[in-house]
Amino acid sequence: MSFEQTTIIGLEVHVQLKTRSKLFCSCTTLFGASPNTHTCPVCMGAPGALPVLNRQAMDLAIKTGLALNCRIETATKWDRKNYFYPDLPKGYQISQLDRPICSNGYLDLIDPEAQFADRRVEIERAHLEEDAGKSSHDETQMGGESKIDLNRAGTPLLEIVTRPNLRSGMEAKAFLTELKLILSNLNVSDCNMQEGSLRVDANVNLHLTKEDQRIATPIAEIKNLNSFRGVQRAIDFESDRQRKQWNNDGLTIDQAAKQTRGWDDESGQTILQRTKEDSADYRYFPDPDLVVIHTTSQQIEAINSEIRPLPSARRASLMSDFSLSAYDAGVLVHQGDPFVDFFETIARHIGDGKLVSNWLQQEVLRYLNEKQTDIDHFPVSEEQFIALLERIKEGKLDTSRGKNVMELMMEERLSMEQSLERLGIESLDSEELAAICQQVIEENPDIIQQIRNGNDKAIGNLIGKAKTINRNVEPGLVRKQILTFIKNG
Amino acid sequence: MDLSSFSAYQLLELLNQQELSSVDCVDYFLKQIENRNPDLNAFAALAAESALEQAQAIDRRRQKGEAVGPLAGLPVAVKDGICTQGIRTTAGSRMLEQFVPFYNATAVQRLLEADAILIGKTMMDEFGMGSSTENPHYGNTRNPWDLQRVPGGSSGGSAAAIAGGMAPLALGSDTGGSIRQPAAFCGLTGLKPTYGRVSRYGLIAYASSLEQIGPLAWTAQDAALMLRVCAGQDACDSTSATRAVDDYASEIESPINGMRIGICRDQLGKGLAPEIESAIEQAVSVLESLGATFVDITLPNSSHAVPAYYVIAPCEASANLARFDGVRYTKRADSTELDQMYSKTRSDYFGQEVKRRILLGTFALSSGYYDQYYIRASKIRRLIQQDFDRALNEVDVILGPTTPSTAFKIGQWVDDPLSMYLADVYTVAANLAGLPAISIAGGVDSNDLPIGLQLQGRPFGEAALLRVAHQFQSQTDFHTRRPN
Repeated sequence: MSFEQTTIIGLEVHVQLKTRSKLFCSCTTLFGASPNTHTCPVCMGAPGALPVLNRQAMDLAIKTGLALNCRIETATKWDRKNYFYPDLPKGYQISQLDRPICSNGYLDLIDPEAQFADRRVEIERAHLEEDAGKSSHDETQMGGESKIDLNRAGTPLLEIVTRPNLRSGMEAKAFLTELKLILSNLNVSDCNMQEGSLRVDANVNLHLTKEDQRIATPIAEIKNLNSFRGVQRAIDFESDRQRKQWNNDGLTIDQAAKQTRGWDDESGQTILQRTKEDSADYRYFPDPDLVVIHTTSQQIEAINSEIRPLPSARRASLMSDFSLSAYDAGVLVHQGDPFVDFFETIARHIGDGKLVSNWLQQEVLRYLNEKQTDIDHFPVSEEQFIALLERIKEGKLDTSRGKNVMELMMEERLSMEQSLERLGIESLDSEELAAICQQVIEENPDIIQQIRNGNDKAIGNLIGKAKTINRNVEPGLVRKQILTFIKNG
Repeated sequence: MDLSSFSAYQLLELLNQQELSSVDCVDYFLKQIENRNPDLNAFAALAAESALEQAQAIDRRRQKGEAVGPLAGLPVAVKDGICTQGIRTTAGSRMLEQFVPFYNATAVQRLLEADAILIGKTMMDEFGMGSSTENPHYGNTRNPWDLQRVPGGSSGGSAAAIAGGMAPLALGSDTGGSIRQPAAFCGLTGLKPTYGRVSRYGLIAYASSLEQIGPLAWTAQDAALMLRVCAGQDACDSTSATRAVDDYASEIESPINGMRIGICRDQLGKGLAPEIESAIEQAVSVLESLGATFVDITLPNSSHAVPAYYVIAPCEASANLARFDGVRYTKRADSTELDQMYSKTRSDYFGQEVKRRILLGTFALSSGYYDQYYIRASKIRRLIQQDFDRALNEVDVILGPTTPSTAFKIGQWVDDPLSMYLADVYTVAANLAGLPAISIAGGVDSNDLPIGLQLQGRPFGEAALLRVAHQFQSQTDFHTRRPN
């Protein structure tokens, strides 16, 4: 009998908070300016400069902590983490060691497709710290100068650390996707991995069990993860690699040092960067330049009251209030709160969640993806959307023509009325419709007989004939009139 | 006119009455610097040109009858550890040989806004780490009372500048006694304010939780003038106090009749020069004659102050000085490898004492030793604070010595850091407790050297300290003596 293998994963997520200014000075946090233009004596670590806390960063951190069910520290202190690095201007980073602003929280993961079991991911802590600058080195190895850009130095980061509760690359990806959705809905971060506003490290090892034998492999910390898919692939690769390594050398967690490995997306491998023989001694101590910041329960309550229902709650209400499937609810909620709000407003009017969901998932999402925009910039108002769907629901417009109308509303920003007019769709009054139906019934007694004999599909044939008489007839209404005739006849 | 015999207050009166122009005043002190600084080495940099320009502008404003600031036209010197925009600021270190700050320290900015005139930067122990202003990079500063002796430190340049008649008023900073001890050695009044009273923004940090910027001057009245301008909350320093600044100049005029003054007998006797002890006894009589009553107090943990200080200060220094890594604004040693560049830069451009304290602090903070050193020292610090809380419940101020001896000889303790550290034995407690403390001239020893007396007070009790000092000075003339 061979060893059973479980992959044990803990994540460290660095989230850049969306504050106007840096954590300890008033420099802007805007991304993309020329190097070292968003700097001042404080974030450049000039001799004599002192940090002053940006309270907005604390509020955003608390908001995140509350959404992740964390305990919020009411007396926050700051610590210096000492290490030398060229893009760390003060030679220490202001961080939080023993009193992180948020601790002991959790995030529940539920996979609607049931590819993994429901899982509670515990949040060990989330602490605030300042970001370092950015070094760029001469990649040609020709002895060119290394350069440092301190625009990013001092930007507020929230480092969210999970307990090792995750069990697969897929779960890790799902966790990050859900976390990102929460952070975006809270509007606390841009969560842009390309711009570095969301960075992930994964700690991975294996637990191997056979009967009463329990073995843990050495832990690897994986860095350079630049997409959620990368995280998933890196973990899966690392899991296999550690199994093979253990098969070869049999070394356990107590016998080998923790490794830092980099993910190479192109080759799909993790590559050894360094082995930590002994962990770095950061010589933490309380930063004497900053005072303890007290947060009252009223302040926490005020922040809490700004938090809207979380994705899990919104999915549940989409399923219960609008009868959507778990899958559909998941797709809508994944688009963010404004999209769900848009859906709910329309669906409440139309009273048919599935219909609205289909339109949003097909027409609207296709448009938003094509235009690389979001629902806040969608050209069709909720009122116009409702008007269109009501028309369809009442059978006054068929779905395929409805899509043509929608196309014009989106692309040319026309109102529904204008679009109908442009497409030459006019509503017939009931007398005209009755006349056309009468004509079709009289001219096609054999088809009527087929319907009477139970061939419902034959009614399509009559609708087609009605359309050749006048292309603006509403198929639904024609069907209704014909069925009424047959029933009464 | 021999302006160096005047106090800053008297000079301001002459300036305000337009009996003396600011240009003449600045010119006088610049000439004094030209004549005396070669011997004394009190100045690290001069701002002669800009000082004269400012003086002209202020004279014009006065002539036109325009409003001027409270220190208008008065030359001031600033310790070289305090940032001055556009004027080289080295903190006494070769590391910062080329550092020209691009901003003013808040205290300097406030002096300039009060129309004071910055005439130069003064010498100091490297990064404030020392008690003698014997600087391995820029030479020794000499005591104007005896050129063979140190002026004290680390604000020794500021003290020597005033005592040498080269400036009427100066800013220093005090981490463990660095304002008070040089004031004592040079016969001056030197005040370390309550922690948080004066903004530290722009003070090149040595030990952030201990240090304050403060005035050095001939008289308590002068110190009051300067403190009033520099003190007050600063949005750039989170540790600066919100509390309003007292009107020291008027408060010092109140008599001290009925004031209770504590005296800690345990601190007299062993280790204290007998002449200093008798100066204290004489001061007691003077103050009693003014109506103060004396109460014996105890400060049981004060003997632990120096060891606690020499853990906490180096710990903070080890982090504060990490920014001097050769990457930005400092000198950089040539090397192609990063680690070598760091270690060579820091080995070459820091002096012995600085390296000693960085190593001490790095060790004391390292894993496995943190509790034993830093945490323990922090606990002692709290006990010392509690001692003072108790004592200052009973009395308004505490009188005692500033230093165990008068000014010592240059080179005497250079190779004996432990003895040098004991120069701070009476001063570090106020830094650990965050309390205000002042040193005033209170006697002369057999070598004709000034003796300093120390008064320590309640948090934000600067007015009480200045008042006792001023009333003492109204009855004595130690503060009017000048070196030959």
